[in-house]
Amino acid sequence: MSTTLVQIQVEEKRFRAHQVIDRLALDIRAGEIVSLVGPSGCGKSTLLRIVAGLETDYAGRVLIKGAEPQLHSPDVGFIFQEPRLLPWLSVADNVGFEAGRGGGKHPRVGELLAEVGLAAFTDAWPKQLSGGMAQRAAIARGLFTQPALLLLDEPFSAVDAFTRMRLQDLLLSITAHHGTTLLLVTHDVDEAVYLSDRVVVMNSGPGRIAGDVVVPLPRPRDRRDPALGRARSEVLTLLNGAQQDYHDIAPDIAAAPPAAAPIDWSKLSFAV
Amino acid sequence: MSTLSIAAGQARGWVLPLALLALWEVVVQAGWVGANMLPPPSELVHTLHDLATDGALLGHIGISTLRVLAGFAIGASLALLVGAVVGLSRQVEAYLDPTFQALRAIPSLAWVPLLLLWLGIDEAPKITLIAIGAFFPVYLNFVAGIQNVDRKLVEVGGIFGLKGRELVARIFLPATLPNLFTGLRSGLSLAWMFLVAAELIAATRGLGYLLTDGRETARADLVIVAIIVLALLGKLSDSLLQHAEKRLLGWRDVFDGRAA
Repeated sequence: MSTTLVQIQVEEKRFRAHQVIDRLALDIRAGEIVSLVGPSGCGKSTLLRIVAGLETDYAGRVLIKGAEPQLHSPDVGFIFQEPRLLPWLSVADNVGFEAGRGGGKHPRVGELLAEVGLAAFTDAWPKQLSGGMAQRAAIARGLFTQPALLLLDEPFSAVDAFTRMRLQDLLLSITAHHGTTLLLVTHDVDEAVYLSDRVVVMNSGPGRIAGDVVVPLPRPRDRRDPALGRARSEVLTLLNGAQQDYHDIAPDIAAAPPAAAPIDWSKLSFAV
Repeated sequence: MSTLSIAAGQARGWVLPLALLALWEVVVQAGWVGANMLPPPSELVHTLHDLATDGALLGHIGISTLRVLAGFAIGASLALLVGAVVGLSRQVEAYLDPTFQALRAIPSLAWVPLLLLWLGIDEAPKITLIAIGAFFPVYLNFVAGIQNVDRKLVEVGGIFGLKGRELVARIFLPATLPNLFTGLRSGLSLAWMFLVAAELIAATRGLGYLLTDGRETARADLVIVAIIVLALLGKLSDSLLQHAEKRLLGWRDVFDGRAA
């Protein structure tokens, strides 16, 4: 289990003058589940897009199974924040999109749909699915090529809390069954800690790795496990730059509290 | 909805036309309006029967339908071709679209004298005119459809490695299908309109010729029969497209007339 599947060495990634990622190195072992958490704009989604091959303009080197990332690699699956099912294809054809027209007839489509609990919706249109069901179909689509690595960009942020927990468990059981390695971007610290073997915390401006928190708990995990709570506080501490208080204002402003000006009642007008 | 209530809904649509027909018959039979100006429905049925039995009507319908089909096919295919290029490339759009917008502003009948000058009085000017009529609605709707395709769905195509023709066929074309059908249906109705314009001016056969013939021989019944046949043909061809639209666009998540 110690073979390295993904090696990420990104020296720099810029959007024009703005530096998004600065000297970032991350290795992911085969079978590992890794979460990237960090504030908005820390470059975690950009990093995911680099690994997916959607971004190619960066300085550095990324290797998946020893090869450069490329779009449409059978080794890599991608799951977006929204399901992004194609509305004009049946659920089955969406899952088997990779196999070309009529891909819904591929035998693996039926297996995957059964695994995600959508066997009864094979011929349904995407409009007939709820948000959670649509995202389950998207997971099945991401796993169709049986990728070694599945990339997920805030996959459950658009569904309600209960659906999210069920989808998380579904994701874990399916990917354990397929032996898939996961790299997941999320805003949700609880989700990161519950799902991952390792939570990589990123800082913004520019994006760097602030540190990582290893969660050495066996699965299935109990969401109420105090060990998860401890891991969660470690992540939060890293997120806030090792400070326990996290007022999100510049230090000089924080040092000088605003003077409370007395209210000039005569300047105020009231609707009587 | 049950089959019965659908049938009831369709029956409701027949009430007004049938009442008007009855009123028409009564007004003419009572002598309030001259039968030479407004032939009663019973006489129209007679005329229709005569035309149908000597085969003249079928000939007129046949030639008119052929002209519409040919013109519509040419105009719509060109519109698909040009629309795809203009819709997919901002650069081509910058070169071509202003010209097409300007050409669109020309009232289509203004083309008629020019087409007659250039192409004579055979089939060519008629089919060209119909093609011009069908071109613009298809072109405009198709371009608008392509430019409104959800970027996120295009990105899904990218993730699956689709490029060029594959991307157009598997993402853009299905995504623009709703717009395309709107364009095709209005293109087809314009094609029928332009057919009449073309046949009114220079033709020896066709439904437009029947209209002219009726006027020149002072036979209002011929004119009205031609109008009715045109209406039926227009409706029939539109229904065919509508049927195809319903079958192909069942996936759309749209308001279906029933409040939730």
